[in-house]
Amino acid sequence: MAAKKIRTPLTDDVVRGLRAGDAVEITGVVYQARDAAHKRLVALIDAGEDLPFELQGAVVYYMGPSPAKPGNVIGSAGPTTSGRMDAYAPLLMRRGLKGMIGKGLRTAEVKQAMQDETAVYFAATGGAGALLAQRIVGNEVIAYPELGAEAIARLEVKDFPAIVVNDCHGGDLYEEGRARYAKAE
Amino acid sequence: MRVRDLDVKDITEAVRELCITANYDLPRDVYDALVAACAAEESPVGREVLEQLVENADIAARDRVPICQDTGFAVVFAEVGQDVHLVGGTLADAVDEGVRRGYGDGYLRKSVAQEPAHARRNTKDNTPAILHTTLVPGDKVRLTMMAKGGGAENMSSLNMLKPSQGWAGMSQAVVDTVSRAGSNPCPPVIIGVGIGGTIDEVTLLAKKALLRDVGSTHPEARVAAMEDELLERINALGIGPQGLGGRTTALDVFIEEMPSHIASMPMAVNVQCHAQRHKTVEL
Repeated sequence: MAAKKIRTPLTDDVVRGLRAGDAVEITGVVYQARDAAHKRLVALIDAGEDLPFELQGAVVYYMGPSPAKPGNVIGSAGPTTSGRMDAYAPLLMRRGLKGMIGKGLRTAEVKQAMQDETAVYFAATGGAGALLAQRIVGNEVIAYPELGAEAIARLEVKDFPAIVVNDCHGGDLYEEGRARYAKAE
Repeated sequence: MRVRDLDVKDITEAVRELCITANYDLPRDVYDALVAACAAEESPVGREVLEQLVENADIAARDRVPICQDTGFAVVFAEVGQDVHLVGGTLADAVDEGVRRGYGDGYLRKSVAQEPAHARRNTKDNTPAILHTTLVPGDKVRLTMMAKGGGAENMSSLNMLKPSQGWAGMSQAVVDTVSRAGSNPCPPVIIGVGIGGTIDEVTLLAKKALLRDVGSTHPEARVAAMEDELLERINALGIGPQGLGGRTTALDVFIEEMPSHIASMPMAVNVQCHAQRHKTVEL
């Protein structure tokens, strides 16, 4: 499967060109954020305060790494289950978030927001944290270091492999892929 | 009767080592099952995912890094010989100290939060461990450490079924649990099923079932046939590797069974991701 090479931050044009099932390789900055960080980001938005990074065009990676061994950029760094961030994702998309990398099912509300706001959801391979870490070439914690693995980090990725699961046109690889291989009972 | 003294320091050291090696080295049976699935999977994207998982296990073993960043809740099964006298401290403290050192020294992620409903403060050393202790004959201590990730654990289920529902209702509930979970628990999964007992015991049976080797057959033919039926039905769901579509939704299904109350038919499903990390040592 030939992968489409894409760069962050994402523009609406790039997002519109992606279809469920496309393999991509992402290069550029992505922001590591999971449960506790999302809770804080949304609280900042609700309070009308500035966020620790620019949301416009941004891609977030739902991930909390294991500690880096000395000399390594990052520890193992595979995706966590995205569904736990569903409560926060639509608001972030309305504020300019264009891409999410994670694994697992999204709610109808999140998928609708992706269509309304022109955003895309990528799956990276869950449980391939040692392999995916090799595609992360820069790592700087930019907010909430006290959260440990749940801090927000600015990650520089190079040819980071992912697959488009939900595109901005309503495509859903989880549904389509499953239907293709399901056998009637 | 001679009693053997065992210093709990040895238990701490053993648990420390188990935590690290279980998280770096995928068990051979799981590795072989992933390799076999690469050859058998019909979906091209499914094959690609499975190949990544094999390569990932190779990298983790070679570079001595965790297979997955979720290095789990430390679940420890201690089978303590009743002719062993533990000296120098308590078993629970020794196991927790082993987890503390293993997760620190091994650069493993600390994933335990206290006050789950409110503060959710990280305990910062991955303690407490979940410790299941049983007394067994002999003068040895057998320790099994399982690194249980949160994503798959979250997709597990407890089902208090009615006896009238029978195996048809029970097997459907197992398949429904896996179907609902979809891509969330990082398929291909391994499914542990507990049947019978009480709510505490049935969930423990489901967890213990996960300790079996992938590809092994249950010694009782009746139970083995139940496992085969469930595996076939689960792999007909089409979920596939990482839920992207395919034939390999589960690598195996294991059942542990015990008698139930005449009014009850409890069944628990413990969902395990493909990174089935566990290791055993005997002291």
